[in-house]
Amino acid sequence: MQINDAQIEFKDFNFYYGKFHALKNINFKMARHKCTAFIGPSGCGKSTLLRTINRMYDLYPEQRADGQLLLDGRNLLGSDIDVSVLRAKIGMVFQKPTPFPMSIYDNIAFGVKLHERLSAKDMDDRVEWALRKAALWEEVKDKLHQSGMSLSGGQQQRLCIARGIAVKPEVILLDEPTSALDPISTARIEELVDELKAEFTIIIVTHNMQQAARISDYTAYMYLGEMVEFGVTDELFVKPKKKETEDYITGRFG
Amino acid sequence: MNLLARRKLTNKVALTLSLSAMAFGLFWLAWILWTVFDLGLSGLSVALFTEMTPPPGADSGGLLNAIMGSLILVTLATLLGTPIGILTGVYLAEYGQHHWLGKTTRFINDLLLSAPSIVIGLFVYAVVVAQTGKFSAWSGVIALALIVLPVVVRTTENMLQLIPNTLREAAFALGAPKSVVISKVTLRAARAGVLTGVLLAVARIAGETAPLLFTALSNQFWSLNLNEPMANLPVTIFKFAMSPFTNWQELAWAGVFLITMGVLVLNIIARVFLRAEKIN
Repeated sequence: MQINDAQIEFKDFNFYYGKFHALKNINFKMARHKCTAFIGPSGCGKSTLLRTINRMYDLYPEQRADGQLLLDGRNLLGSDIDVSVLRAKIGMVFQKPTPFPMSIYDNIAFGVKLHERLSAKDMDDRVEWALRKAALWEEVKDKLHQSGMSLSGGQQQRLCIARGIAVKPEVILLDEPTSALDPISTARIEELVDELKAEFTIIIVTHNMQQAARISDYTAYMYLGEMVEFGVTDELFVKPKKKETEDYITGRFG
Repeated sequence: MNLLARRKLTNKVALTLSLSAMAFGLFWLAWILWTVFDLGLSGLSVALFTEMTPPPGADSGGLLNAIMGSLILVTLATLLGTPIGILTGVYLAEYGQHHWLGKTTRFINDLLLSAPSIVIGLFVYAVVVAQTGKFSAWSGVIALALIVLPVVVRTTENMLQLIPNTLREAAFALGAPKSVVISKVTLRAARAGVLTGVLLAVARIAGETAPLLFTALSNQFWSLNLNEPMANLPVTIFKFAMSPFTNWQELAWAGVFLITMGVLVLNIIARVFLRAEKIN
């Protein structure tokens, strides 16, 4: 399949948890300013794949990757990569909301302060900008100095998205961002993903196939650490090329 | 007997046993508290807070030098033991979790935690008092700090371990270095628990007698000199309670009452902190 304007590319990529070979020979490209979804049964490696893109596995000495992972042609696995700078370029939102134990304002400013020196006025503007982008501004503008923990689950998740956006990344990784949320909060996050695509490349892991079908442009189906099928979402769901994919999306397997 | 009746009976027996065990424990506790209030309250007076410990045979006198001495010893010991304890706890939870140095430190800390306080008193006597040739407030501070230390290490480590790993990952995912993740995020998330640990450690050293007997000793007079022996409540209580003078015995009960109240207040503050954090 042809991907125009590829931003991220996996080439002969393998990943190991100690001796366990978790991702096997992954090869594919992800398009800029599109939404790519990873689907597959639990334990298939979709979250593992997502977490390699910001080198989250660096935190755990027993985990390692080989092959190539290219961001705009540059290999991210190389030792010349400053992981801190990389993570400013690639934001991440987790399954459960993770507000820091500080005010809403400080939650957003936290990441920005790590990478930029802004005046108080510029910081105020940046916080407002990020909260507006995450569709949270109207709900929190009068209580920016309240604890981030005081928000509802859905609001906390949008706070985390705003926190990621505030450092102006190029790519946003979403690791099952709605699995802990109610249907209304889920719908809001999905709308948000649709808006964010205009400026950011979105990569989302989801257990929910309808969600992948609704919000993604491309979908990858993974099973047992291998990428079984990767294609345009509409085609993959309507007319999968592989029998295994069809079995999974029609619910005959899993 | 059918199954339901048997289960109900088992339940009743177990409930009766556990309730009587609780009643047994509470009985002594209530008795102790009652005695402390009964005998301690009558000793309360203005003189208690304004006059020095009296010489044998005197009619009047208070505990001012002992109260002040205890405040100084406990404050300095907490200031000394807390930072070292928090830093060690951070090392154990965030860096040395699986490292041999971390495991060894944790093991030794557990030993220190369960060491009888008289052993710590003798240790400081041997290393500080015997070397400098005199009893001093400083040596008392060191002995008490050694009791604070393992308590703070343990609570800091436990509280940090309770912080979900995703919170750490979320901070790392923004490009934060480990030092920032710990100081701004995880320690902050654990602060109520850590503070509770410190308060409980303070409550514990407030009544420690054995380590002070060998170190700060006691002082009949007003002294703020840390190089000299310093009066303090526990040793004064020990000395006065064993004396034949009614006056001294009354002061000892008043001192017991003061310490009990202090520990009670600290425990209440610790609980309030924890609850406030939970609601937040």
